[in-house]
Amino acid sequence: MTTVAAKPVTPSATKPATMAQALGRALRDSMADDPSVHVLGEDVGALGGVFRVTDGLAEEFGEDRCTDTPLAEAGILGTAVGMAMYGLRPVVEMQFDAFAYPAFEQLLSHVAKMRNRTRGAMPMPITVRVPYGGGIGGVEHHSDSSEAYYMATPGLHVVTPATVADAYGLLRASIASDDPVVFLEPKRLYWSKADWNPAAPTAVEPIGRAVVRRTGRSATLITYGPSVPVCMEAAEAARAEGWDLEVVDLRSLVPFDDETVAASVRRTGRAVVVHESGGFGGPGGEIAARITERCFHHLEAPVLRVAGFDIPYPPPMLEKHHLPGVDRILDAVARLQWEAES
Amino acid sequence: MTVMEQRGAYRPTPPPAWQPRTDPAPLLPDAEPYRVLGTDAVEKVDPGLLRRLYAELVRGRRYNTQATALTKQGRLAVYPSSTGQEACEVAAAFALQERDWLFPSYRDTLAAVARGLDPLSALTLLRGDWHTGYDPREARIAPLSTPLATQLPHAVGLAHAARLKGDDVVALAMVGDGGTSEGDFHEALNFAAVWQAPVVFLVQNNGFAISVPLAKQTAAPSLAHKAVGYGMPGRLVDGNDAAAMHEVLGEAVARARAGGGPTLVEAVTYRMEAHTNADDATRYRHDSEVAAWRDHDPILLLERELTERGLLDEDLKRQAGDDAEAMAADLRERMNQDPQLDPMDLFTHVYAEQTSQLREQAAQLRAELEVASEEAEEEAR
Ligand SMILES: Cc1ncc(C[n+]2csc(CCOP(=O)(O)OP(=O)(O)O)c2C)c(N)n1
Repeated sequence: MTTVAAKPVTPSATKPATMAQALGRALRDSMADDPSVHVLGEDVGALGGVFRVTDGLAEEFGEDRCTDTPLAEAGILGTAVGMAMYGLRPVVEMQFDAFAYPAFEQLLSHVAKMRNRTRGAMPMPITVRVPYGGGIGGVEHHSDSSEAYYMATPGLHVVTPATVADAYGLLRASIASDDPVVFLEPKRLYWSKADWNPAAPTAVEPIGRAVVRRTGRSATLITYGPSVPVCMEAAEAARAEGWDLEVVDLRSLVPFDDETVAASVRRTGRAVVVHESGGFGGPGGEIAARITERCFHHLEAPVLRVAGFDIPYPPPMLEKHHLPGVDRILDAVARLQWEAES
Repeated sequence: MTVMEQRGAYRPTPPPAWQPRTDPAPLLPDAEPYRVLGTDAVEKVDPGLLRRLYAELVRGRRYNTQATALTKQGRLAVYPSSTGQEACEVAAAFALQERDWLFPSYRDTLAAVARGLDPLSALTLLRGDWHTGYDPREARIAPLSTPLATQLPHAVGLAHAARLKGDDVVALAMVGDGGTSEGDFHEALNFAAVWQAPVVFLVQNNGFAISVPLAKQTAAPSLAHKAVGYGMPGRLVDGNDAAAMHEVLGEAVARARAGGGPTLVEAVTYRMEAHTNADDATRYRHDSEVAAWRDHDPILLLERELTERGLLDEDLKRQAGDDAEAMAADLRERMNQDPQLDPMDLFTHVYAEQTSQLREQAAQLRAELEVASEEAEEEAR
């Protein structure tokens, strides 16, 4: 897997940046470094995308490299396949999570399988950027968490950042990857800020490494994307209850970093998986199963899941009841006192 | 004054004059499929070309019958025959230069073979030892596409990318009449026209999508008419007339190469065999219909023309027959050898680098294989 080297740090240039800006910067730097990188999608040109992530790219690189396409998701991804066949590195923007569904046929049947079908002769270095998840008050079809569908498709990498630095680093690594990456952008973190130096971005670890965001001894919260800040908040709040929680940010769902997760759970003996997408058939089931298989003898309690309800994404005025929040996480943490209860 | 009070006096400004983006008249297809054989147009066709087309059709027919026979011997899992459609398949291959790309569907193995692909490599998908038996970049032939019409946007993307790079590469994409109902067909044509991509779409209208006749597939006057709505020319052509196919596809490719944008070609043809060997065509069509098309067979049409003009000498006939037989014999012989498969290949081409999950699974299979081979050795002793 490609590792993008960090440039020397100039600490003075560090200033607050949003995740959207870091993503835009990653696109810009990738395009500047590699003329084969092309951005295409709906409204990515003059408008800069509905979330402004592609702001300025058409101006800097021209409409041939940052292209407003007709309004057709299968067409966008399908033409990207052909472009990749001819040696380009397309970065495709899907406007919203639920609007990527028309492109599933192309994603599942061709993008994910082309390397395999051709015995490695025809890799698909395509990055599919999908703004995903809720919490922004979007109406129907603007808040889905579709990661389980992508995770269930061999041949795809599935990546999702939770910090400004990771947004930059992971997107650059995704674009540099010779395999297709579904790059899930937590919309509700687009405007989250961090001190960040755009001239000296953080070094990028290869795709597939989780990171411990907070160390602790009593239990591990395993999470990713939009739920990372929620888990950090929950971990702070749990201190009052005498719980010292560790928080693992997966960053990559495929490949899955079994080592980091298992090492953490073996240390703490207890685990809760937290995500927005529904629990039934969701990522948490897979993660809980992997932990159980690896850490059974270390576990003091069953692996619990705190997930969105198994419902179509609710209307915005009700979404706060659906999204896993601090209280629900703390409830689960309380239930980890398994021995005491049984 | 409120808006309501204003009303009587309100005079909307006329909208700016609406201009069609493209003049529809030159885009419209002919009312009847275009023909060359048996018409005056054939006078202009190079006799050498007619003879070459003839030899290739004969070879193509033999390829179809041989592959069909291989399904009966269990050597191929399935074969969607293009018997009756050879003129389309051959013309598609002939229309392209070496640097151009072909995007075939599952029925178009013959187009790939006519393009020069090893007949055996073209069949791995249908034999089942691997999905694609060749390097698409080397052959400039995309993998045979099973999901209908999904390869069409690929052709557009590739052609577009080539043009961005300054290469005068053309992509020719093939699809069936049923495939034109898919959303990907629409999206591909629309992208191609908007981008003016150098693409030729070839629809082989062979009457049926498995069992469903064209009348249940579309209400359009013809499939070629669909082009007009996208702003590209549609050509309606007799798909069993090899000379007409050659001319129309040749023009479309030349137009694309010169920067004139995409063309949709509808070839009216007929599928003489069942959809595949798994299909019972008697349930949805009459023998009389098949028989009528037998009189309009692509090889027969060309044979008549060549005979009439004294171009079909015994030499050509024998040579074409011998070449076809030699190809079939070679294919038969090689197909009768069991392919050597390595089960570990299952994990080799999923990602550039195996994930730790796949490494574990590969280790599991390797262990299973070792046990199996030890057991086999034991048994042999
Ligand atoms: C997306 C998709 N849906 C259904 C099928 C199953 N299927 C295989 S061939 C076929 C009929 C296709 O007819 P047509 O496009 O006319 O091509 P032909 O077989 O006549 O060459 C169908 C429905 C498929 N391959 N792909």
